[in-house]
Amino acid sequence: METVKLNRPAYLDCAASTPVRQLVIDSMMPYLTEHFGNPSGGHRMARVSRTAIDNAREICATSLGFDPHGIVFTSGGTESDNLAIRGACGPKGTAICPETEHHAVLYPVQARQGRFVKVTAEGDINLEHLETLLNEEVSVLSVMLVNNESGRMIDLEPIAELRDQRAPQALLHTDAVQAINWLDIAKAAQRADMMSLSGHKFGAPKGVGVLAVRNQVNLTPQLLGGGQEAERRSGTHNTAGIVAFGAAIQCLDESRKSEIERLGALSSRLAEGLTGAIPDCYGTVPKAHRAAGILQVVIEGIESEALLVLLERHEIMASAAASCASGAMDPSHVLAAMGKDRAAAAGSLRLSLGWCTQDWEIEHALEVVPQCVEQLRGSS
Amino acid sequence: MSRVLVAMSGGVDSAVSAALLKQQGHEITGVTLKLWGGPQDQGCCSVSDVDDARRVAQQLDIDHFVFNYGEEFERHVVGPYVKAHAAGLTPNPCIECNRHIKFDALLSRARKLGFDLVATGHHARIVTTDNGLRLARGSDLAKDQSYVLYMLSEQDLSLLEFPVGQMKKTEVRELANELGLRSASKPDSQDVCFITASEGRGAFLSDRLDLHVGEVVDVNGNNLGSVDAVELVTIGQRKGLKLGGNVNRTYAVEVDVPARRVVAGSARELLSDTIELRDHIWVGQEQVGPIEVQTSAHGDPAPAFLDSDGSVHWTEARRKVAPGQAVVFYLDDVVVGGATAN
Repeated sequence: METVKLNRPAYLDCAASTPVRQLVIDSMMPYLTEHFGNPSGGHRMARVSRTAIDNAREICATSLGFDPHGIVFTSGGTESDNLAIRGACGPKGTAICPETEHHAVLYPVQARQGRFVKVTAEGDINLEHLETLLNEEVSVLSVMLVNNESGRMIDLEPIAELRDQRAPQALLHTDAVQAINWLDIAKAAQRADMMSLSGHKFGAPKGVGVLAVRNQVNLTPQLLGGGQEAERRSGTHNTAGIVAFGAAIQCLDESRKSEIERLGALSSRLAEGLTGAIPDCYGTVPKAHRAAGILQVVIEGIESEALLVLLERHEIMASAAASCASGAMDPSHVLAAMGKDRAAAAGSLRLSLGWCTQDWEIEHALEVVPQCVEQLRGSS
Repeated sequence: MSRVLVAMSGGVDSAVSAALLKQQGHEITGVTLKLWGGPQDQGCCSVSDVDDARRVAQQLDIDHFVFNYGEEFERHVVGPYVKAHAAGLTPNPCIECNRHIKFDALLSRARKLGFDLVATGHHARIVTTDNGLRLARGSDLAKDQSYVLYMLSEQDLSLLEFPVGQMKKTEVRELANELGLRSASKPDSQDVCFITASEGRGAFLSDRLDLHVGEVVDVNGNNLGSVDAVELVTIGQRKGLKLGGNVNRTYAVEVDVPARRVVAGSARELLSDTIELRDHIWVGQEQVGPIEVQTSAHGDPAPAFLDSDGSVHWTEARRKVAPGQAVVFYLDDVVVGGATAN
């Protein structure tokens, strides 16, 4: 195989991050330059910044189906998840979540001596097991709407039902960091008491996120200081980031429906093409339950780390399971929870699409991925 | 020009190896192996070492990857290390890491990825002899690492490069300084990367193993006292036996973990003429006859006779070798094989 040189790489890692939309950059730039005033101040330049934040808050509330007072701007998904779980547990409470959550949920739950709910082989929540774990001691139940590795979509309704019956005091939190791209979020999260979002997953920059909370929710703040965000999250507002977040949500709301259709068709083509061309290659969740733009496949008999090196050489940027801080690939706890054996999990590949994805990138992947797999298998 | 994968530990030797190969015009890719632990660990595979390796790769303008061999490391290195201690052996985890991770898993992955060669920063040389490729001691004898590489076959050697093997360590550091590499003055790595200096071997093993109090006796079986953990006592050890100043019973000369007993004796009682061995590996022909033998990573080689039954007879009696230790055979400075002490 000859190494291909393209104008830019085929970027199929949108679940990791997306580029900032030009419109979003345009919207935020004034708040990095002329409107730099601290929004907590009292003078006119401060008020300009404060107005921009209030506008963004309004936009988010309307889009997400929460009250504006319930929009807490944070630094991103991890902080939102931590604030939700630690903040709602307080010093004594405990939390539960499925085994397939992001580590930004798993570790705070673990830190609260929480319990983990089993999932099915297809990544759905094991409701019978959930029922046994829900009791009067649970302060928070956290369930991700769309899994960041497998793309599995979860219906919160039966989970909220169980919560109502078995642990009505427990708050339902959802990490919707991926879901915001692929679901009518206000509807999908209408039973949630809290929801985490991260800007850079949908065309806003890194370093800004939201925790949306319903009015009755009391949070113990995790950052103490100037009392910003109604005493729930101290720290000077990231004005430009918050403005960008609002602008990106607006873009998303305008395009989501057509993008789900466009990217869903592309990822289906990718799924069918890859599983058809590569022997012993299969998707990890059924199509009906898979978010439109996240495709995870298992390719038996290969190591994903090696495959990713080859794909990069052929100008495809992708990932396997979650990256750890060093840049290495951690073995997938999601696939392990779904009962996939270690060897299968070692050969996983995640190809995730987003607003920037173009048709040629899918065509390129369809051509290159099977060749790379063949190279790895052939020389083993 | 070859396509070379350079294993970069974050230290100065592998950094200079990468720089040298790049200067020679090869197409270089760097890789750091993530083997163990989180941000708090020390040694050759911590996150901060990955950072150092990545920064050097950035300086050299080469691609850099991190491969996670954590599970393999646990399975082939850490697990057996703990088991060996439980059985009263003295393992050498660096050798097992070389055997299973660097020169097995990594080498085979490199080949699948189409690399012609894998390079590391080891101080050892690959020499061409009448009988084919052989591993020889590094030019800097004080830093020579051929002992921990004795398992490399001719086939392995044909796929490897040790670019700093011909250099003195001081030259390596000078070159790193000249090139402005950030690891130029980084201290040499510690012996066992997964055991931190602050916690130590005992604390590490006590988390994974039941440690037992052991009786200390003299060579006639008379009770002399006790040790806190018989599993942590190695033949030849002096520290920790709590025996005061009696020179006739200063060293552990025998360790029997199942019986939870340590025999303490004099320096003379620590001596032995013979090492019984298992798991021999030969580079080329099996050897019999006069040979140089090295029994620890930084130990001095000594003359011996290699018996046809595979055991080693010292020319002059030497300190006993702890069971589990690697014993490496040299002819001149060339590794001809190795084995594990019984």
